[in-house]
Amino acid sequence: MKTTPIYGMMAEFDSATALVEAARKTHQAGYQKIDAYSPFPVEELAEAIDFHTNRVALVTLIGAAIGGLSGYLMQYWMAAVSYPTNIGGRPYHSWPSFIVITFELTILFGGISAVLGMLALNGLPMPYHPVFNVPRFAMASKDRFFLIIFSTDPKYDPSGTRQFLQALEPRSISEVPS
Amino acid sequence: MADHTEEIATNPPAPVIEPGHTFGTVTDKISSIVLTRPTSTGWFVGFGVAFLVTMMLLFALGYLFVKGTGIWGINIPIGWGFAIVNFVWWIGIGHAGTLISAILLLLRQSWRNSINRFAEAMTLFAVACAGIFPLVHTGRPWLAYWLFPYPNTMQYWPQFRSPLLWDVFAVSTYFTISLLFWFIGLVPDLATLRDRSENRWAKIIYGMLALGWRGSARHWHRYESAYLLLAGLATPLVLSVHTVVSFDFAIAIVPGWHTTIFPPYFVAGAIYSGFAMVLMLAIPIRKLYGLEGFITDRHLQNSAKVMLATGWIVAYGYGLEAFMGWYSGNRYEHFTLWNRLHGPYAFFYWMLLICNIFIPQLLWIRKLRTSPLGLFLISTVILVGMWLERFVIVVMSLHRDFLPSSWGMYYPTRWDWMTYVGTIGMFLAAMFLFVRILPMISIFEMRTLLPEAEVKE
Repeated sequence: MKTTPIYGMMAEFDSATALVEAARKTHQAGYQKIDAYSPFPVEELAEAIDFHTNRVALVTLIGAAIGGLSGYLMQYWMAAVSYPTNIGGRPYHSWPSFIVITFELTILFGGISAVLGMLALNGLPMPYHPVFNVPRFAMASKDRFFLIIFSTDPKYDPSGTRQFLQALEPRSISEVPS
Repeated sequence: MADHTEEIATNPPAPVIEPGHTFGTVTDKISSIVLTRPTSTGWFVGFGVAFLVTMMLLFALGYLFVKGTGIWGINIPIGWGFAIVNFVWWIGIGHAGTLISAILLLLRQSWRNSINRFAEAMTLFAVACAGIFPLVHTGRPWLAYWLFPYPNTMQYWPQFRSPLLWDVFAVSTYFTISLLFWFIGLVPDLATLRDRSENRWAKIIYGMLALGWRGSARHWHRYESAYLLLAGLATPLVLSVHTVVSFDFAIAIVPGWHTTIFPPYFVAGAIYSGFAMVLMLAIPIRKLYGLEGFITDRHLQNSAKVMLATGWIVAYGYGLEAFMGWYSGNRYEHFTLWNRLHGPYAFFYWMLLICNIFIPQLLWIRKLRTSPLGLFLISTVILVGMWLERFVIVVMSLHRDFLPSSWGMYYPTRWDWMTYVGTIGMFLAAMFLFVRILPMISIFEMRTLLPEAEVKE
């Protein structure tokens, strides 16, 4: 129907406080598919858009557990099963000697899972994204704060949503082409 | 109690960030160093000198690959020599970066936000310099991959009971985690550079590195979790790395090495020398780039206090080493102590005590803790002292152990010196490149320090 599909409607704010307030109001008004953008982490913002589930810690825990277990079992298998070597008369399964590498691999796998898990859950890397079509969005990495209502939201309609955003007293409003 | 409160009120600590800054000015000030500020002649001269010294390193290493480790001063009994002295020195310097970025983050010391980025870069470059030494010290560095457990035609595996192998895992994990921590911290700032650069190529390169970061609230939420978890993982890691390095010595039975004080005393020494290096870099950088508003006197003072504290732990380590030499009743341990105080290398032991214990006591003077020049000089002295400490540990224990018939002396050759000085050149060249092409202060973390970052309900 439409000539250019619309990704959403974006409003620009001056301060973190204004953005948090606007996001809260938008969420209370019944909009569900919304997002907010800030140049630095704002703790209250995730709460305002009702985003609570965060699986980064779980992914890290699983990664660290895999790292630790595989680290220990690898050493056990190599030193006691695959090629047992008598080193200074120590037992083949000399577990105290295996602790250091087990620990290091726990940290290594945990750290890599934290980073890759965070990026994967965030859907990054993603060089192209519709929000970058708004020229003013370049300020989102400096000192401006943005709120977006996605066009997939059931409550979204071009004129009504614009009016709603206008009432939040933003600095500017732009339609985001996808 | 009342008196104490009053004193704080009348004498508040120096600010972490100069008053009057906004999100915009912080962003402009830090990103302009990379994007718009013309590269100064001083930068070219400094980088050029560092680059030439790096070429000297490549020359020394090239000759080493042709001739073998015989060009060094190492011999039997002193098989370790400069390679291990420099390895331990460099890896110790790296520790301050992780301490600042991870441990101080967990302790909510927000003043760290303006020095963590370049301290992390310092860690990476120092660990890279450190890694060269054990690699070339193997004698056949092209076979260094034998250190890793990989399926091979010999059907043999590395020897997991050796602290030297623990070290391989500790150092490579440390480098990987430090790199991840540094890069993840850079991503939001790379997005800032992507959005602000005029140059097309810069836009593309910073854009690719920024991974498409757009500052979404969901992303920040997960980002913060990952950053904190990484800090939580890096904290035990940084304490373990120098512990494992100290195991290289402490697990052996060589007199002067076989002692339980080594792990804590190595870790403290590492942080001691690391903060000295942080100050040696921060003082000229903040002067040259006019960043006194971000790296304030408060940062210098805090670093000086950390050095004073870790310096005393190191002093305790020396004291306990001497005490155990006497108290153990072991004649070899006893002789090692005597040899340090009166043997052929005694001069270096005394210099070590002067550099690491006596001169740094000047840091008790408040005036000195606020004087950049004074701190710079003391940091130099500490770095020299910490290098001497590793020399004393490696060379003085090995050169006279159990049997007088196997005693010897160690004299470094010009190739030893060229390799050592060469790594300093490589480290500085990397730092020069870093301050030129990446934001040396974390922009987004600086924004969170501003009063306007707080959400008012």
